[in-house]
Amino acid sequence: MKLTLHVWRQKNAQDRGGMVRYEVPNVNEHMSFLEMLDVLNEGLIEKGDDPIAFDHDCREGICGMCGFMINGKAHGGFKGTTVCQLHMRHFKDGDVIYLEPWRAKAFPVIKDLAVNRASFDRIIAAGGFISVPTGSAPDGNAIPVRKQDADLAMDAAACIGCGACVAACPNAAAALFVGAKISHLGHLPQGQVERDRRALAMVQQMNLAGFANCTNIGECEAACPKEIKLEVIARTNHDYIKAAFTERPESTAAGAG
Amino acid sequence: MELRSNVPSGPIEQSWDKHKFELKLINPANKRKYNIIVVGSGLAGGAAAASLGELGYNVQCFCYQDSPRRAHSIAAQGGINAAKNYHNDGDSVFRLFYDTVKGGDFRAREGNVYRLAQVSVNIIDQCVAQGVPFAREYGGLLDNRSFGGAQVSRTFYARGQTGQQLLLGAYQALERQIGHGTVKMYPRMDMLDLIVVDGQARGIVTRSLYDGKIEVHVGDAVVLATGGYGNVFYLSTNAKGCNATAIWRAYRRGALFANPCFTQIHPTCIPVAGEYQSKLTLMSESLRNDGRIWVPKKPGDKRPPASIPENERDYYLERRYPSFGNLVPRDIASRAAKAECDAGHGVGESGLGVYLDFTDAIQRLGKHKIAERYGNLFEMYERITGEDPYKVPMRIYPASHYTMGGLWVDYNLMSTIPGLFVLGEANFSDHGANRLGASALMQGLADGYFIIPYTIGNYLATAKPAKVAADAPAAKEAVANAAAITKKLLNGNGKRTVDSFHRELGKIVWDYCGMARNEAGLKKALSLIPPLREEFWKNVRVLGANEEFNQSLEKAGRVADFFELAELMCLDALDRKESCGGHFREEYQTPEGEALRDDTNYSYVAAWGYQGQGRAPALTKESLTFNYVKPSQRSYK
Repeated sequence: MKLTLHVWRQKNAQDRGGMVRYEVPNVNEHMSFLEMLDVLNEGLIEKGDDPIAFDHDCREGICGMCGFMINGKAHGGFKGTTVCQLHMRHFKDGDVIYLEPWRAKAFPVIKDLAVNRASFDRIIAAGGFISVPTGSAPDGNAIPVRKQDADLAMDAAACIGCGACVAACPNAAAALFVGAKISHLGHLPQGQVERDRRALAMVQQMNLAGFANCTNIGECEAACPKEIKLEVIARTNHDYIKAAFTERPESTAAGAG
Repeated sequence: MELRSNVPSGPIEQSWDKHKFELKLINPANKRKYNIIVVGSGLAGGAAAASLGELGYNVQCFCYQDSPRRAHSIAAQGGINAAKNYHNDGDSVFRLFYDTVKGGDFRAREGNVYRLAQVSVNIIDQCVAQGVPFAREYGGLLDNRSFGGAQVSRTFYARGQTGQQLLLGAYQALERQIGHGTVKMYPRMDMLDLIVVDGQARGIVTRSLYDGKIEVHVGDAVVLATGGYGNVFYLSTNAKGCNATAIWRAYRRGALFANPCFTQIHPTCIPVAGEYQSKLTLMSESLRNDGRIWVPKKPGDKRPPASIPENERDYYLERRYPSFGNLVPRDIASRAAKAECDAGHGVGESGLGVYLDFTDAIQRLGKHKIAERYGNLFEMYERITGEDPYKVPMRIYPASHYTMGGLWVDYNLMSTIPGLFVLGEANFSDHGANRLGASALMQGLADGYFIIPYTIGNYLATAKPAKVAADAPAAKEAVANAAAITKKLLNGNGKRTVDSFHRELGKIVWDYCGMARNEAGLKKALSLIPPLREEFWKNVRVLGANEEFNQSLEKAGRVADFFELAELMCLDALDRKESCGGHFREEYQTPEGEALRDDTNYSYVAAWGYQGQGRAPALTKESLTFNYVKPSQRSYK
């Protein structure tokens, strides 16, 4: 099949950027979307044109490195699918496709379709963990975990940190990403001790990083390639509100707790 | 050069404990005076950086991805082994040790493997405490499944995303240390050279992938945890960015490279669909718990699988290996699939594929149970192939997946360059000539969480490295070297893209140094690679400049190193005149077509040393002794 692409080209973060049109003949239906771009890039290099920059790595939908907007939808808008797992059989001859990077203040463009998502790492560094120094763990079976809780934790832990939720959100909020981590750890007995601190610290860092507030529109859930449920945001709100009322300043007395 | 493994003497059950006690310590207040450089942020590197940061060292951690959470450990699907014996089915530390040594076809060091089996139990505890959502039984306790090469259920898993969950555990521990300021993270950085001062590893040269800036980072020790070199084949299950540059440039600075020809071809991957294909996708080995592998008995049978009656199907693994059946180790399953396809029994358009069929399991357990166990893998398969594996059997074919070879390390995980430690897939140490399923995650985390924190302290306390300035002559020389390579790649007025070279190189290595090797083929590969490499340097086209986000330039540097590594692989494969594990030399096989080892002449680790551009590498042997697991012809019948 033959496709027409309009791709956002932007040399670097300072550049203004704009759409450029490309014709891609001979697209095979078995190709992945990124393989189609590989073929386009090979042709560009042979002509001496700068290839299109896009992030990708594992190409099996788990590393979270890839992602851009296809016709205004994050990862193309196919259920549970990252762009590296999207195959060309979903498109047809003559289609016109528009590609743009994630658009969010907290994700500045590096080049073309590649953006900087370091703000996500800073949110995890603020509190998205259980403090357990290496070597200090009890036996793995010492604390039974209800199967249902383990499954719910796993559902939320499936987040790949790609940023589609932010890109899909009209507010560019990171509520689904933050909620996924809060739910993952909050569903487990091991995650209870730091639950309040985690919610406060992660939400604070999210706001600092320039993500806007959640207004419960739900675009994030629709766009999430790992199908993280909107209910994780309710858990953030629940944990955050509770913590905001009950958390007390840490004692300054040495050795307390 | 003499290679000293430094495995402690005495009974193997006590070696690690004894060794840990004998290792020198650094007092907590002094640890922050030491700078440790960790390259790679996967299970091994991430766990190491986090654990060393917790101990109080000053750590700098580097990765090429945009975040440490994306290291390729994340893609491991099936599980992680541990000798917990939670299932009361006869598992023990000794059995895991035994299975691993046997699975590796008696080409691994006993002392290292025993320690790996010992610390496996701590890994599970650590990960559970971090919040890794392992699969649970209804009673709330941890669930297990079986993997190839074992007759016990010792594999812990988190759906089909075990690697992701373990990596996120290590990543969260790492981010916690970054938050505390003990670790400084440098994402989107390539390591381009190793800085060696007075014979000790003292730093690295990096290139920022954002803006091409070349920088020197000096430290008191360098830890490489940069993964394997499976992408030498171009098509592999590795992430596109996985590369050998860090270990290769360390090799060029004097670290020995051990057993480069020991590469693992994984039996269950989705077959290649076309020339444009950029990578291969693995279907977890865990599927072989419930899936049955078969081909039509009649060669060239093109009927759809459902219309081939039971008596015209050959369940060749169950037929040839009745006691392990579909769960034979990977090397054996891969070779068997190749043999069936070579004999014309292959399925699918290309004839390079065999069926992995879940019909019986769905009938026995119900679709619901199969979906619970493998749902995400089935979905992934359907997304890629457009076929529903609940209805039509999967088609699978072997693909490059893992590399057992890597930089040589001793029991302390230190390479032949003092102060250079190598962890995880980047080293050669634990899997011999074939790795068992669910053991890569185990080794990465064992090295990172439980071994390097002990052994690195002993090195620092004993070697007492002096301060090195960032503008030391060795550092300047390394920077000049890195800059020269980049410049050479950019100055070419060539015609061909980097990928076209990589694809051609990969095909040579796959055809002649893949699942089956022979003398004539290896010699052919050795005659084809050097001219192609020359053409690469003359005719490669890398556009743009160094001082920008330049993905072609990143790739070109990595492919340049794969050319040299490919040659060393073929040389090693030619030199090892026996078959063992993943290294199958067609000249050396039993009448039944199994690998025929030669323990009299080849029971050693082949460690190769760089002798300079254009000169043959020098071979040093570390002989292997087996005091606990007696080498025998591996049998899974």
